Amino acid sequence: MWTMQPWTVMMSNDRAIRHLPVILSIIVALALTMLPLPRVIEVFRPNWVALIMIFWALSVPRSYSVGIAWVVGIVLDVSHGTLLGQYALALCVVVYIVVRFHLLMRVFPPLQLTATVFALIALYQFLLFWINGVAGITAPAIVYWAPVLTSAILWPLIFTLLSGVSFRVQMRS
Amino acid sequence: MVASRNNTSNPARIPALGLRTLVLMFLSILLMFLDNRDNHLDTVRNAIGTAVYPLRVIVDAPVRLWVWASESSQSRNDLQLENARLKSEQLLTRARLQRLNSLEAENARLRAMLDAREQFEDRVRVAEIMAVDANLFRHSLVIDVGSGDGVYDGQAIVDADGVVGQVIKTGPMTSEAILISDPGHALPVEVNRNGLRTIAYGTGEFGRLDLPGLANNADIEVGDLLVTSGLGGAFPNGYPVAVVDTVNRIPQRAFADVSATPSAALDQVREVMLVWSAPPDDDVDDAALDGDDE
Repeated sequence: MWTMQPWTVMMSNDRAIRHLPVILSIIVALALTMLPLPRVIEVFRPNWVALIMIFWALSVPRSYSVGIAWVVGIVLDVSHGTLLGQYALALCVVVYIVVRFHLLMRVFPPLQLTATVFALIALYQFLLFWINGVAGITAPAIVYWAPVLTSAILWPLIFTLLSGVSFRVQMRS
Repeated sequence: MVASRNNTSNPARIPALGLRTLVLMFLSILLMFLDNRDNHLDTVRNAIGTAVYPLRVIVDAPVRLWVWASESSQSRNDLQLENARLKSEQLLTRARLQRLNSLEAENARLRAMLDAREQFEDRVRVAEIMAVDANLFRHSLVIDVGSGDGVYDGQAIVDADGVVGQVIKTGPMTSEAILISDPGHALPVEVNRNGLRTIAYGTGEFGRLDLPGLANNADIEVGDLLVTSGLGGAFPNGYPVAVVDTVNRIPQRAFADVSATPSAALDQVREVMLVWSAPPDDDVDDAALDGDDE
């Protein structure tokens, strides 16, 4: 599964089937983001939505690019109660980088890809940190940097799962 | 790079990607700017919030189910024990309440004699917490009542033990509240023992509030109860806030190093109470007058 290449742009007439896994995965990621967790592990919650958006931007960059990322980011902002546009901006920048370099990233070996995702999530968190700094909101450092680690650890799992899904969608269409 | 400049035949190239990203980034910054300055975007926020509401309910369902299951599977014996305990507790509370009633009447008489303004009886409503700490960068919580239930921005939230926080954003069905422990929160308090007024600042830790504005010779001791002074206008007065746990007087400094432990279990609450302290239209006048009195 890990070595499978789900990159082929899916040319399906059935748009619903094509978009369904993407929409579902985003909803699941949002739900995981809102899931109440005990305080101790709360700060380690991975950036599910960012990981999902990175995956789809990497595999289907034509359909799921910065626009979708921005809209999802706004929804994230509302559900987190952060400044409207904060997550949208961070997600947009990260997805831009992925789409811009998707051809390069697709040929990365798994380990290198995970390292790249680590860097992308670090950038994402840094943007959030930066915006908070400008807005005068202070939070302990672990809040920003713990998710970078857990997100990178979970990336192979998400990649494997979603590769299977997008492969099956290709088969059906 | 050179080829990508004018390359429409390359299927991997996404048209106007950089431009779109720039426009969206600019839009985000504009939104953040507007959001930070004023509440112009509340309608947008409410609309999207309402769309996300079902998801929040679904996500919260397992927790509710667990609470419900553990409640309904308690043994008869446990329930009887709890029942007995609650009965004795209620007896005690009622006895105290009797005294409180007479004290309240006495207080009203004394205030009337002093020609002070009448205190309104607070109206409360229980609200359930839907999400604790939805926003990682703030100490906040989301409660299941909104502007439809008469909740307003700045409304005080308490639990059985003391002040929890205040509402910062109201939606149609849910509201977001900030806890007193948030680093951006400040609460006007007074020492219950002697009426010494000060301000309790949140520190970002659930178990600690800072009181930086107290002079070295201020009459404050470990164990003093801090109650809301009602001076800010947002909180009704007389609710317990915290108990002073350290007083560190350093002679060279002008101010004592005082911190307190919040009375409310800020990281454990599941249900909170919203307080309407006065008829809403009188609210502002009240705050102003109270401030002049004291």
